[in-house]
Amino acid sequence: MAEATHPEVHRHPAPTGFIRKYIFSLDHKVIGIQYILLALSAVVVGMIMSVLMRVNLSWPGTHLKIMETLFPQGAPGGVMTPEFYLSLVTMHGTIMVFFVLTTAPQGGFGNYFLPIQIGADDMAFPVLNMMSFWVTFVGFLVLLLAIFAEGNATVGGWISKLGESFAGGSGTVGPIGGWTGYPPLSALGKIAGPGQGAGVNLWIISIAIFCVGSLLGALNFITTLLNMRTRGMSLMRMPLTCWAWFTTAILALLSFPVLLGGGILLLLDRIAGTSFFIPGGLYVSGSTVPLHNGGSPLLWQHLFWFFGHPEVYIAILPGMGATSHILSTFARKPVFGYRAMVFAIFAIGGLGFFVWGHHMFISGMSPYSAVAFSILTLSIGVPSAIKTFNWLGTLWGAKIRFTTPMLFAIGFVSLFVAGGITGLVLGQTSLDFFFHDTYFVTAHFHLVMGVASIFGMFAATYFWFPKMFGRMMNESLGKFHFWITFLGVYAIFVPFHAMGLLGMPRRYASFGEYEFLKNSHSLVLFVTIAAIITVAVQVVFYFNFFWSMFKGKVAGDNPWEATTLEWTIPSPPPHDNFAGVVPVVYHGAYEFSVPGAPNDFIMQTEPEGVALGAELGGASGNGGNGHKA
Amino acid sequence: MATEAQALAGDWGGGVHPYRVGHRKLGMWLFIMSDSLTFSTLLMGYAYLRASNVWPTPFRFYPSIVFSSVMTLVLLSSSLTMVMAVSASARRNKSSARKWIVATALLGVTFIVLHAIEWKHLIDEGLRPFQLPAEWVEKWPGATPLFGATFFGITGMHMFHVFTGCIYLLVVAGRVKKLKHEDVEISGLYWHFVDLVWMFVFPMIYLLSVYPKK
Repeated sequence: MAEATHPEVHRHPAPTGFIRKYIFSLDHKVIGIQYILLALSAVVVGMIMSVLMRVNLSWPGTHLKIMETLFPQGAPGGVMTPEFYLSLVTMHGTIMVFFVLTTAPQGGFGNYFLPIQIGADDMAFPVLNMMSFWVTFVGFLVLLLAIFAEGNATVGGWISKLGESFAGGSGTVGPIGGWTGYPPLSALGKIAGPGQGAGVNLWIISIAIFCVGSLLGALNFITTLLNMRTRGMSLMRMPLTCWAWFTTAILALLSFPVLLGGGILLLLDRIAGTSFFIPGGLYVSGSTVPLHNGGSPLLWQHLFWFFGHPEVYIAILPGMGATSHILSTFARKPVFGYRAMVFAIFAIGGLGFFVWGHHMFISGMSPYSAVAFSILTLSIGVPSAIKTFNWLGTLWGAKIRFTTPMLFAIGFVSLFVAGGITGLVLGQTSLDFFFHDTYFVTAHFHLVMGVASIFGMFAATYFWFPKMFGRMMNESLGKFHFWITFLGVYAIFVPFHAMGLLGMPRRYASFGEYEFLKNSHSLVLFVTIAAIITVAVQVVFYFNFFWSMFKGKVAGDNPWEATTLEWTIPSPPPHDNFAGVVPVVYHGAYEFSVPGAPNDFIMQTEPEGVALGAELGGASGNGGNGHKA
Repeated sequence: MATEAQALAGDWGGGVHPYRVGHRKLGMWLFIMSDSLTFSTLLMGYAYLRASNVWPTPFRFYPSIVFSSVMTLVLLSSSLTMVMAVSASARRNKSSARKWIVATALLGVTFIVLHAIEWKHLIDEGLRPFQLPAEWVEKWPGATPLFGATFFGITGMHMFHVFTGCIYLLVVAGRVKKLKHEDVEISGLYWHFVDLVWMFVFPMIYLLSVYPKK
């Protein structure tokens, strides 16, 4: 029982062959980088899709040769059809939410740094860890197939061999149900029209695969964090990043199985003829749907959003953790109100399970339920405000070092506030009636869960790159990247609010025919130009990332003068992280500028008594040991 | 070393397993939490759909209720044999543990066979995931074909778990000499969980749909 102090150090020796080292690696650090590279690839696909959508909105009828080659029928003559626009919406949303915002923050940085930050030599289940990455990777490939299954006759031909309900190559387009895949249309199969055939099957299968991968990851994270903290690493001495990854893993563990269940039912509706989400007497595409009755499309909405709302916290909580960590490091101050930050993370995660109804205000639910969901939703504002004010408190009066990761962390706070504030607007039933399905909603979630999370990840990348690759990223390029991206995303999404106020609906392929939107064309054009510039600037980031890997300035063990365990070991870390030594922790994670200490930071491993004033640090509310016997 | 660490900071101070369980056991508990949510999803969906539809109650005493009761008995007995297996393993009596685990797996196989026969009864009657037997439609006008969908979906999902459980148990039985006691306990956790799920499925699917006496 209690002999359990890492009985399994060196459980797997350092691999030698290329395949075991870089492809099917059991090392959490390699797997973390694999996740990051997957997200870096997926985000390119997602961004290209968003630019294609913007181009279609601003200049309808644009001819693109490449589109004609790839999707001869979805974009005949290289001109996008409205259905093709919708399948871009679907693919953009699904790729970004699942394969970027869920993989990079948790699977990527979480995998790499959670074990190191708690002083473990690897994750608890290295084989499961490897499987979770490869399962996720397969999910991504299946998702990419979805758009080609119907938009491209060749690929569709292969998929058709799977059977009647997979008969693709229909000459139309990929899945068009959006990332939420609402039934009944998504449950009916081909009779529901173009874009509801084989592509939707593949879309559901891809998500089910993704759920399995995430579950494997989540139980691995939780076990690792609970069981593998090194001596002295009490819960309240953990970096806030670890708290965020832990909470995220709990959310994933409890929400993905619900999506998995729902996905199985949706797939059964499509291929086994069941009616879970299909009501009777449905009139679609000019005829009544036979044989189905008794199902409820609302059941899917309940199941989907029971998963969907925690999912948005899965996307943003790791960003919050990274931001807290980075703000404290570069402000050279302890995180303001460490304990409050921990409880706020948990409060946000916990409340996230009880607010799914706010996505369904217009579904005809009882106004009493709507009020309950509304109040619970607005109450998330409390822990969110605690976090925001604590970030500001951390910055207050600090001698800030404005490095690139710090800029992105501050950018995160800015975007979180800007995007979060509209959550209070949309969380109110009466206002949501107007704003539902307008660009106002698009603006809200892009700022708060999309761009803010991405800023958290940019901050994390610039911050941890020296540890991962042993070299610094270029600061000038990084700052250039920050400023253009920061201004760019505001230029894109602030006008979205205005469009929403005008009543511009989401997911429409063009607005030319609507009298009331005639005057908003210049706004649409402005957003498109801002989007193209912002996307183009990301090339600088990619260049910086890969160039610095080989040519960047060599980083020492602790280039940022940070306190946590990952900075006590070489960059990049050895195979088993601590080279066989089990680290012992004596301090909280954020002991910066401790009065009386010789340096302005105290490493977590610095023995008690060597650093003067350690007691003061422990008592100042910055994460001293809360469990003194 | 551990005692020193505990003196330093208690169970949660790091360097110890706070719940006194190894990684794999904790992982299994977490898997069970997550899997129970998958089953909850299906059962909540079932409740939702049942409440909003005309629902047939077709299970006569013979064969369905008899079969499902015997199946319940078999599964409950398998939990007992599993307890015996874990207890034997705790006493380091590996060969006895192996026998009890094999007995558990055989009871699991019996459950699957009985369930398959029960499925066949209903399929012969004309029940499908997408339609009800004509006779039932007459008896319960306007009844929804979702009866078959939920029946096959939920019991199928459970049967799949029993099936994987049997394979898991047989692997554990085969390697029991090499495995630690905790690994036997972990397989027991999974098996009891699968049983527990049936204790929800049996009343919700079978007992709530008993053919009305008239």
